[in-house]
Amino acid sequence: MASVADAFKNKNGKAFIPFITSGDPSLEVTEQLVYAMAEAGADLIELGIPFSDPTAEGPVIQEANIRALSGGVTTDKIFEMVKKIRKNCDIPMVFMTYANVVFHYGTEKFIKTAAGIGMQGLILPDVPYEEKEEFSSVCKKYGIDLISLIAPTSHDRIRMIAKEADGFVYCVSSLGVTGTRTKITTDIGAMVGLVKEAKDIPCAVGFGISNPQTAADMASKSDGAIVGSAIVKICAKYGKDCVPEVKKFVKEMADAVHAV
Amino acid sequence: MSNSKGRFGIHGGQYIPETLMNAVIELEEAYNHYKDDPEFNAEFTDLLNNYANRPSLLYYADNMTKDLGGAKIYLKREDLNHTGAHKINNALGQCLLAKKMGKTRVIAETGAGQHGVATATVAAYMGLECEIYMGKMDTERQALNVYRMKLLGAKVHPVTSGTATLKDAVSETMREWTNRIEDTHYVLGSCMGPHPFPTIVRDFQSVISREIKQQLMEKEGKLPDAVIACVGGGSNAIGSFYHFINDKSVKLIGCEAAGRGIDTNETAATVNTGSLGIFHGMKSYFCQDKYGQIAPVYSISAGLDYPGVGPEHAYLHDIGRAEYVPITDDEAVDAFEYLSRTEGIIPAIESAHAVAYAMKLAPKMSKDQIIVVTVSGRGDKDVAAIARYRGEEIYD
Repeated sequence: MASVADAFKNKNGKAFIPFITSGDPSLEVTEQLVYAMAEAGADLIELGIPFSDPTAEGPVIQEANIRALSGGVTTDKIFEMVKKIRKNCDIPMVFMTYANVVFHYGTEKFIKTAAGIGMQGLILPDVPYEEKEEFSSVCKKYGIDLISLIAPTSHDRIRMIAKEADGFVYCVSSLGVTGTRTKITTDIGAMVGLVKEAKDIPCAVGFGISNPQTAADMASKSDGAIVGSAIVKICAKYGKDCVPEVKKFVKEMADAVHAV
Repeated sequence: MSNSKGRFGIHGGQYIPETLMNAVIELEEAYNHYKDDPEFNAEFTDLLNNYANRPSLLYYADNMTKDLGGAKIYLKREDLNHTGAHKINNALGQCLLAKKMGKTRVIAETGAGQHGVATATVAAYMGLECEIYMGKMDTERQALNVYRMKLLGAKVHPVTSGTATLKDAVSETMREWTNRIEDTHYVLGSCMGPHPFPTIVRDFQSVISREIKQQLMEKEGKLPDAVIACVGGGSNAIGSFYHFINDKSVKLIGCEAAGRGIDTNETAATVNTGSLGIFHGMKSYFCQDKYGQIAPVYSISAGLDYPGVGPEHAYLHDIGRAEYVPITDDEAVDAFEYLSRTEGIIPAIESAHAVAYAMKLAPKMSKDQIIVVTVSGRGDKDVAAIARYRGEEIYD
């Protein structure tokens, strides 16, 4: 099975990383979206497990979480879906969810199951460096990468975070919550530089990327681009018919990133 | 091992996005610097006494004591503070701290509107820009408080996400803080959220128990046998308990909002019905389903309508130092009317939860024992809602 690090070894070494919320609009569509995005050139997929109160998300992903939960999606059903996906597709995948979804399920039970069904990593945006131990110790035990995030406000924390990072470092491009932005003003190159001084690990940029130009620009300053809200908007607009539309968008974005 | 800070037993911590970490570290450093600074404390005390009308009365409720026929009942009258609730204590402390840190803008969540009004008031007084986030449902059931905040110069944002109540207002204020940190302080209204908020809010509210202890010593020459306060996030309760935690003879009782009952889904009694979780920056008890999705909660009181509880309360519960009892809407409304008629004091519907438990407990205690009940706020804001509860169609 491919690892998170393998996602950054394709073509030009740049990864395109799409995010979708599992169960939006249904788990059947989510499964098809994974196949479509893998075919369209995605290098790593972030599968969101919906949470009732996602405090790091903007309105687009908040609404996707509500749609998924109202449709009856649960952590166990998502695990079942991943098992099915793994029979057909080996693209590296990470779960993106909130601390409570993992903690309340039972941190060890959650991570053990995730590793067992073929997930490669876990992103918890409400678990900073200071709180990661209770999750990272279990992740290490089962061979899952707990992805570390750095933000424009991290400054002197970047070295400390990077030193202990696994898989890749998620560079949050801007202040605020997830969502599409017209412009990214942070000096991404400087952030990535600080990471690389501390550890030789891939860096991917997320938050606010919604078109091929920005994706290529971010990938040129780092090792990859992460796109969530722009894709989730397409899912919201087309519902159960979103697969070809998402595929088309992901292909454009992945091509742009791979052409850097 | 763990680098986690701000723990109360297993509870507390700092479960927040990386974007906010330097902000809470900066806040912690500033607080550690100022909390023992004589000049800061002199300024804070002066504001409490000369702006907020402290010390608040410790009032002997003679009629209630005689009527219930048991323990002597004292009411700690936080309802007599400027803006009508204990919330001003914390708002003054945090806004003063924000000014010292060079912040020019404050943001805050509010449930019933008391904390929003207190923050807007202090912001007006100190010349700080102020924006308040309030669940849309709460803006409707507490419409007068919305106008009050606007009158004080604050911008009020109705929050429509999630259940459009207090928890969503907290989430939205956290989101706004990640958006604008440099010049902005988040005046969190209860003893919850990420470290250092539970400690800061407790310390600023601990003036309540410091005064109770002094005032009761003057009046009775002894400690109370029980201290009772209502608990949503738990700020007036932790303030009422704090200086008694080491006095083991003093029973500490927090009253949770049971809504329509703890055997129903329409409840906000977190300690009684919740389970361990991580949310809004802290590990504590939360109302949630088996997958950790936060449950919609219900109470007649917009101020207690929160699915979590501050981490220090969770800890006091774990070690058995404090007891947390559920009080239903019906019991709270009865107590609201009882205190109004018996003592001529209309309590906030939140505080009426504490009064309700005192009504149950006092008759079981002897006449030489003493109960202190914290009346955390005044009930003017609730009169219309209580009228409607009793079937009279009155609106603010």
